[in-house]
Amino acid sequence: MIMCLGVPCKILEVYKKDTLMMGKVDFGGAIREVCFETLPDAVPGEYAIVHVGFAISKLTEEEALDTLGLLDEMNELANQQDQNP
Amino acid sequence: MKYTEEFRDARRVKELAADLCQITKNPWVIMEICGGQTHSFMHYGIDQLLPPQVELVHGPGCPVCVTPLEMIDKAIALASDPNFILASFGDMLRVPGSKGDLFSVRAAGGAVKVVYSPLDAVQLARQNPDKQVVFFAIGFETTTPPNALSIIQAEALGLKNFSLLVSQVRVPQAMEAILSSPANRVQGFLAAGHVCAIMGYWEYPPIAAKYHVPIAVTGFEPVDLLLGLIDVVKMLEAGETGVVNSYSRAVTEAGNQPAQAAIQRVFQPADRTWRGIGTIPMSGFSLRPEYAQYDAEKRFDIGHIQTREAEVCIAGKILQGVMKPPQCPAFGKECTPENPLGAPMVSNEGACSAYYRYRKGS
Ligand code: SF4
Repeated sequence: MIMCLGVPCKILEVYKKDTLMMGKVDFGGAIREVCFETLPDAVPGEYAIVHVGFAISKLTEEEALDTLGLLDEMNELANQQDQNP
Repeated sequence: MKYTEEFRDARRVKELAADLCQITKNPWVIMEICGGQTHSFMHYGIDQLLPPQVELVHGPGCPVCVTPLEMIDKAIALASDPNFILASFGDMLRVPGSKGDLFSVRAAGGAVKVVYSPLDAVQLARQNPDKQVVFFAIGFETTTPPNALSIIQAEALGLKNFSLLVSQVRVPQAMEAILSSPANRVQGFLAAGHVCAIMGYWEYPPIAAKYHVPIAVTGFEPVDLLLGLIDVVKMLEAGETGVVNSYSRAVTEAGNQPAQAAIQRVFQPADRTWRGIGTIPMSGFSLRPEYAQYDAEKRFDIGHIQTREAEVCIAGKILQGVMKPPQCPAFGKECTPENPLGAPMVSNEGACSAYYRYRKGS
């Protein structure tokens, strides 16, 4: 197990268990229970990074597309759509 | 999986590598802090795509590698006591102590349990009320909030048989120690993306300014690594310093507030010893005095520990980016992942192990 390599996953559900916020996540097919105390505003359907059983940050789609250089392309497409409805 | 495949796309990786070659005019030495990034570089062969002027050196961000020998010996002493259960991340089991490792303690009948999350260790304490359960709380700012929450949970459950053997370290202080060393060669940093997901990157601009180094917060996929390098080389070529966030899909400047609050509640900054490097002031955390009853070192008499390190091992120099694994006389000979003499040969995040797996003979 690689300790600092957080793993991306999809958030499936979030609930209270004992005294802790817990939830189920999908790591590309493998479903696991992880702790959401460190990501209390998580919403099912969003993506997150999980590290040693704790969700530590959300993955933002807009930033991901921007990093990949796709955001401009998509904005252009959207603009074209607006102009030619 | 979303957010993974797109960042491993071969066409994008080749284009970015070409971009990097194009902007690189001068020789530069760049350090990736995190052992997870060292592993990614080697695993995907990104190091082989870099322009010849860019030299990567590998940082101290391998929690297994920097956990001091004395702590390994203490963990071994606790695990050998029949009244205790020692819970640990799996990576720690093969790390050589002065005599043997936790793996051999377990083989000899000692209670060593591998857990995935610190909360699993709390669960062990609930299930074993007649044993003292000690969790080996190692790692950087990424493991600190989970470890803090294990204490908060143990407190909420009123558990009296749970404690931590704490060896928590922090990244910014290690970067400063590297930069202020007379032997330093590092001119720019890829900062550890997931440490920054927790802590943010507000701690870095003063370091960038004081030592005139560019720093890029960097992720772990091939595209991320190249984007981080491009951002650092751009600044180096332009003679600029500063901090850029090349991993914005996961990291914000302020970081994860609930995680930082959990750290603050349970831990306080403290001097820490780094294996092979020595003591760095305020480079880690220890439990606050209010949580002393969860501190295994305070609570139990672990006895006199006399440490002995393999003499040939140059791990300290490797972890500070002064030397590389093939320069060690034992590399791949007496020291292999099956029979490690030093911690960097144990974990996937250790530079010696990464070189052995992916670059042996080159
Ligand atoms: S190859 Fe082995 S002995 Fe040499 S520095 Fe690495 S861990 Fe130490």
